[in-house]
Amino acid sequence: MSGTPRDAVLGALRRATGRDANMAEAAAAVRTRLAAHARNTIPARGLRETQGLLELFTEQARGVDASVAIVDDFGAVPGAVADYLRGENLPTRLRMAPDPRLDACPWDDAPTLEITRGKGEAEDVVALTGAFAGVAETGTLMLISGPDSPTTLNFLPDAHIVVLNAADLVGCYEDGWDRLRATGRMPRSVNFITGPSRSADIEQTLQLGAHGPRWLHIVVVAGGAATKDPGDG
Amino acid sequence: MSVEVPTSHRFPDNARAALADATLQRGLASAKLGFRVRRSEAAARLPEFETLRDEARDIKNHVLAHLDLYLEAFEQRVTERGGHVHWAGDAAAARDIVLAICRAAGARTVTKGKSMISEEIGLNAFLEQNGVEPVETDLGEYIIQLRGEAPSHIIAPAFHVPKAEVAETFQKHHKSLDPARPLEQPRQLLEEARAMLRDRFFAADVGITGANFLIAETGATVIVTNEGNGDLTQTLPRVHIVLASLEKVVPTLEDTSTILRLLARSATGQEFTSYTTFSTGPRRGEDLDGPQEFHVVLLDNGRSDLIGTELQEVLRCIRCGACMNHCPVFGVIGGHAYGWVYPGPIGAVLSPSLIGIEEAHHLPSASTFCGRCESVCPMRIPLPGLMRHLREREYGRGIPPAAQRWGLRAWAFLAKRPRLYRLATALPVRLLGLVGRRRGAFRRLPLAGGWTAERDLPAPQGPTFQALWNRAGGRRERPR
Amino acid sequence: MPEPSPNVALFVTCLADLFRPTVGFAAVRLLEAAGCTVTVPRAQTCCGQPAYNSGDREDAAEIARRTLPALEPFDYVVVPSGSCAAMLRLHWPALLADDAELATRVGAVAAKTWELTSFLTDVRGVDSVEAAYEGIAVYHDSCSGLRELGVREQPRRLLRSVAGLTVRDLGAPEECCGFGGLFAVKYPDISGRMVSDKADDIEASGADTLLAGDLGCLMNMAGKLKRRGSAIRVRHVAEVLANAGDAAPPIGESEA
Repeated sequence: MSGTPRDAVLGALRRATGRDANMAEAAAAVRTRLAAHARNTIPARGLRETQGLLELFTEQARGVDASVAIVDDFGAVPGAVADYLRGENLPTRLRMAPDPRLDACPWDDAPTLEITRGKGEAEDVVALTGAFAGVAETGTLMLISGPDSPTTLNFLPDAHIVVLNAADLVGCYEDGWDRLRATGRMPRSVNFITGPSRSADIEQTLQLGAHGPRWLHIVVVAGGAATKDPGDG
Repeated sequence: MSVEVPTSHRFPDNARAALADATLQRGLASAKLGFRVRRSEAAARLPEFETLRDEARDIKNHVLAHLDLYLEAFEQRVTERGGHVHWAGDAAAARDIVLAICRAAGARTVTKGKSMISEEIGLNAFLEQNGVEPVETDLGEYIIQLRGEAPSHIIAPAFHVPKAEVAETFQKHHKSLDPARPLEQPRQLLEEARAMLRDRFFAADVGITGANFLIAETGATVIVTNEGNGDLTQTLPRVHIVLASLEKVVPTLEDTSTILRLLARSATGQEFTSYTTFSTGPRRGEDLDGPQEFHVVLLDNGRSDLIGTELQEVLRCIRCGACMNHCPVFGVIGGHAYGWVYPGPIGAVLSPSLIGIEEAHHLPSASTFCGRCESVCPMRIPLPGLMRHLREREYGRGIPPAAQRWGLRAWAFLAKRPRLYRLATALPVRLLGLVGRRRGAFRRLPLAGGWTAERDLPAPQGPTFQALWNRAGGRRERPR
Repeated sequence: MPEPSPNVALFVTCLADLFRPTVGFAAVRLLEAAGCTVTVPRAQTCCGQPAYNSGDREDAAEIARRTLPALEPFDYVVVPSGSCAAMLRLHWPALLADDAELATRVGAVAAKTWELTSFLTDVRGVDSVEAAYEGIAVYHDSCSGLRELGVREQPRRLLRSVAGLTVRDLGAPEECCGFGGLFAVKYPDISGRMVSDKADDIEASGADTLLAGDLGCLMNMAGKLKRRGSAIRVRHVAEVLANAGDAAPPIGESEA
């Protein structure tokens, strides 16, 4: 009965829970719970629809040392990126995620930027990516891995610039999960990013930029799309 | 190097050494204050915090009652996404599994994100012995790995090391750098570690992380970090190994989200950690990066024995460290004195369960039952109650010293017999009162050495209350 | 409205019985002033914590079982100690849970057991006392009373009515003093450091008096202060509330 370590562990657990006597109902309970993925209590602050999402997201993100710029439409993204890099005195070479929405931006409007596309490399100083969603309750970005969003871009560079469509703002993590389920795929990585990298491991002194980016800049495209229902996915 | 041989049985000596360590004492004083204030402010900012604690407790109770089924569901999802699940009954089995994966990958170096399970199974020393170099990448873990020490706190592993000693350690180990470089500021130390570890991240063949959660619904493993090292660890090498113990499984993404709302707030007082990463299987066909292999090692190591026992509740723990941050005993002796991987109140319950009550019997006894750990535990683990239960086991096995047991027995014999108790106590107390009256307290007293070593013993007033009440003709029966 | 004249059993606690009867008499005086008829049942010794917290569950349960009948006839059981009150209220039921008949009986006693200051304010509605005490006091919240019974505001509210007295809080009011029963003698080094830190906090407060509701903690802190040669006066809160300052010197002090 306990041939493999797997059998031994599961056997011990089943004996301890008297599983033989209640297998059918226990298995049904587990199946039901997994299928229902019911929500537990969601903090009131995350229970908002369109109204106030951007304000809350911005406030929370700034509270964890991210910077936020709000632009009207994707057409204004190149200028906002160039402005940010100039303001922070960061290099104008950047590695951009091969994301069609980013590609569609009028990069010719920002001729100082030197853009290459692809995954993150050791020498990258600045990365530019999109985001799957923004979660207002804690100012958290939700990025998912895929051919248009390589994970290395989120962690290797010194500065990470994220373009977030305001239509992709949600109130709480659960809204984000529902949106992801609606896409019908589960990516290798879902990265919840809340502010830049940090460490307090040396004498409890908070330092930004431990291994991941020291700068996290979020360009929110507020455009008319913000009226789209964000929670329905 | 990890702790391999526990020194929990030498707890009193360890504690004495810690109390005499001035550097440690300074670190403890500043660390505990910061953690406590930040946790309390974070909890106050979220009106639903207490409700979430109830729900989190219920989620984990449900999981523990169905652990076999959730583990099977998790395994099935991982496998469906192209990952591998390995079951390890004990530490040795887990080490062997990891080494076999490293060997199959031809690994010379492995990078590591922070993992308590790695400490628990003594993985680093084992890999070194077998020709694989482990590189800790969490800043705190990196510092103590270079120093050949064990973590002294589960979320702040190097809080006991002052920056001057970090600088010394870096001077000693980073030989390729200019010895005259400035290393006074935490910023400089951080930058140096970041630069040194960059190359290691790219060179590693295998990346090993722990897991804060395993999600049965999707087969995801979750890590929660602030530095981003865990993400570089699992994204750059070809192989990602996740080390996790059985009880880390939770049903759904929703349940995970609920517990995540408590984790960072309880640990560091952050609303959310910088990086919360859900990893599901290896990279997909069209992905540009990510590991090509994904392995999850599920460690039992004594945990299944706790299911269905009085100690089951300890398996709700999410390793936030709040109990130790608020523990008055941890607050004066730090983590190393506990003599094994898990310090503080959670260690006082977990260690005897995992390494045996004989080795770790001091830990549940070394508590005043002040209850602060339970009051801040996000999972509402009744830690003092569990420690008391362990004391009962210890007492049942005759582990406490004979003098103590006989003293207690004699006292209990009297306490059960009020008349005899009054007779037996009145005279000695009277005498002590007479002797002590002049000074009001004793500096030394036979048989009270444990007390008077540290403080005076206030003298009894003389006659007992019971005697005086009799003398005053006080009421002894309920009036009709 | 509180009942006119409830019958109260005083559970005096072993430490007050043996070391400081003044606390017992102060409690009686406060209860009588609050309109209670006070009885001290003969058949009481100790709440059983030393055994219970040392892993000797059997003896602890036996002590509870044997003490129970003495407390049953009363409307309330009042204890001048948070930790002993918590023992009766929360832990006795756990100890005697196996026997259905006993469980009902112990449940009834537990439900009517109160820590002294909490009984006075929460049950009897007392919000002031007739007492005077010249000084500045810090109040130490003993752990069991604070976290197991929620005793925090009650003693402070009563102390505010004491003429001449100013009450301050400690810098780390929720920090354990390091007593912990047998912990203090089993791990004297650790306990010693904890009470030393507590003494630092007490001295830094600028107070001349230390008050608390638990004699164990008080003896620990008084012992440490005395060892240091501190002039801070240490008393059980009931002594000040009952105006019993003249009845005995502070804890650990000789008669002047």
